[in-house]
Amino acid sequence: MADESVVTTPPVQTIQWTKKDLLGLRELSAEEIRLLLSTAESFREISLRPIKKVPALRGKTVVNLFFEPSTRTRTSFELAAKRLSADIVNISTTSSSISKGETVLDTIKNLEALKIDIVVIRHASAGVPHMVAKQVYASVINAGDGAHEHPTQALLDLLTIQERKGRVDGLSVSIIGDIAHSRVARSNIWGLTKLGARVTVCGPPTLMPAQIEQLGLRVTDDVDEAVREADVLMLLRIQHERQEASLVPSLREYRLRYGIDRERLKRAKPDVLIMHPGPVNRGVELDSSVADGPHSVILDQVTNGLAVRMAVLYLVSGSVKVEEVES
Amino acid sequence: MEPPAAVTFREKTKLMDAEAIRRSLVRIAHEVIERNKGIDRLALIGIRTRGAVLAKRLAAEIEAIEREAVPVGALDITLYRDDLSRIAPNPIVHATEIPFDVTSLRLVLVDDVLFTGRTVRAALDALIDFGRPTEIQLAVLVDRGHRQLPVRADYVGKNVPTSLRERVEVRLVEQDGRDEVMIEESVNGG
Repeated sequence: MADESVVTTPPVQTIQWTKKDLLGLRELSAEEIRLLLSTAESFREISLRPIKKVPALRGKTVVNLFFEPSTRTRTSFELAAKRLSADIVNISTTSSSISKGETVLDTIKNLEALKIDIVVIRHASAGVPHMVAKQVYASVINAGDGAHEHPTQALLDLLTIQERKGRVDGLSVSIIGDIAHSRVARSNIWGLTKLGARVTVCGPPTLMPAQIEQLGLRVTDDVDEAVREADVLMLLRIQHERQEASLVPSLREYRLRYGIDRERLKRAKPDVLIMHPGPVNRGVELDSSVADGPHSVILDQVTNGLAVRMAVLYLVSGSVKVEEVES
Repeated sequence: MEPPAAVTFREKTKLMDAEAIRRSLVRIAHEVIERNKGIDRLALIGIRTRGAVLAKRLAAEIEAIEREAVPVGALDITLYRDDLSRIAPNPIVHATEIPFDVTSLRLVLVDDVLFTGRTVRAALDALIDFGRPTEIQLAVLVDRGHRQLPVRADYVGKNVPTSLRERVEVRLVEQDGRDEVMIEESVNGG
C-alpha cells in the first residue's frame, strides 16, 4: 500500500478553545486571544439580523453575579447570553442573601445546586473568580476583579483596534490615567503586548504602580509624549468616588495635566483612535469635543463588547468535560 | 457535519475530477434557470466552507448564461447545529455574510455533500431567521445517501451510493488547491 494513499483526518488548522473559564488575559496565549477575537468577529453580524438570536446556547443557564455595581458590563453579558438563547439570571449584592452575610463560596455552591452552566462574576477583591473557578464545575467568566483583570473589556478593546486599524501588531498604544487601580489597564497590557503592540502607560506618579516597566512598557508622566506617537489613546476613568480622590490634588488639576482636549489632540497622529471603557467623566479625562469627535470609537467599543461576550460564552460553554464526549 | 475523528482514511475512488465538477455546475445552472423561469428574485446561499465556494461558481455560471449577476451569500450554520452540546470543544464559528434581504426571494441553498440532512436542517433554521423567503431550493454537488431527516435536493451534481465506513471529500481550488471529489474508506473501523 502506497503511503501517500493514506490520509489521516487533518487536524483542525486553527487552535481550539479548551479552557473551562475565562479569568484573565495573563494566562492566555496569543493564539487563544486571536481565536476569541476571530470568533467575536463572526458573532458581530448576529446583532445586525432582523432576528438577533441564534440557538447555540439553548438550554444553558448563565448567572450574572455582580458584587459591584455595573450597568454596561452586566447588560452586555445579559444581552450576549440572550442572543445565544441561554437563560440568564441576574444577582446583585444589594438584593440577595449576600447582604445577609453569605460567603461568596456559599452563594456559588447554592447556585451550582440549581445546575447552572456559566457564572459571570464581578467582585471588588482580586482573585475571587480564580478562587471560585477551582471550586465549581460551572464555567467562570471574570467580569472584573478588584484592580486585577477585566478580560472581556480588553478583548473588546483589541477587537475595536483590529477592526479600525486592521491589526494590533506593531501599533503604539498609550494608556493614560489611573494605572494603579485599573483592571482595564492590566488586562489590556497583557493582551496588547501578547499581540505585539508597543504599550506606553502614562499618569500621575501617585497612580502608577511601582516597577510596572518590568512588564516591558514605556512609562511616562508627560501626557504630550504619550499622545505624540500613539496610534491609539486609551483613556481610563478617574474613579473619583473611590480612593483616588486623595491621590490627585483635584479633578481640575488632573484635567489640566492629563485630560485630553481638542488642543492636546492636535499633537496626536491624524488617524489616532480615542478609546474609553466608560462611563466617561466628561471634562475630566476626556473633553466632550473629543469623546464625541471623529477620532472616538467609544460606541464601537460597546458594540464590540457584545460580540466579544457572545464569543466568550460560546467558547467556554463548549469546553466542558472533553473526556466524556467520545463515548 | 462529518464525524469528528481521529480515524484514518484511505483514498478509494475518484468520483469527480475538475472537468466533471465544472460540467455538473453548468448543468445545475441551466436547471436552476429553467425551474425558476429565469433569475428574477433569485439568490444563492452557500453553506460554509465549500458550499460557499460552490455558490460563487454556480452564480458565475448562471451569469454567463443570463448575462446578469445573481446575489450570493455565505451562511455559517455552526450555531444552529443539533450536536453543539455533544461535541467539545465548540467548533470555530465563521462569519455569515448575506448582504441582501432574503424576504420574498427564491433562494437556492448550495452545499458540497448531502449526507444525513442535518446540515440542511440547520441551514433552513438559520435562513428563516433572516426573513421569509418565498421558496428555498437545495443544490448539492454530491448526494451520498444515508438521510436521517426528511430532506431531498432539488439539484444534484452526482448521486453516489456509499457505505457508512466511507466519506466523501470534496476539494475545491479556492479552498484546497485542486478540484476533485474523492471517496475515502476508513482503515481502522471509524
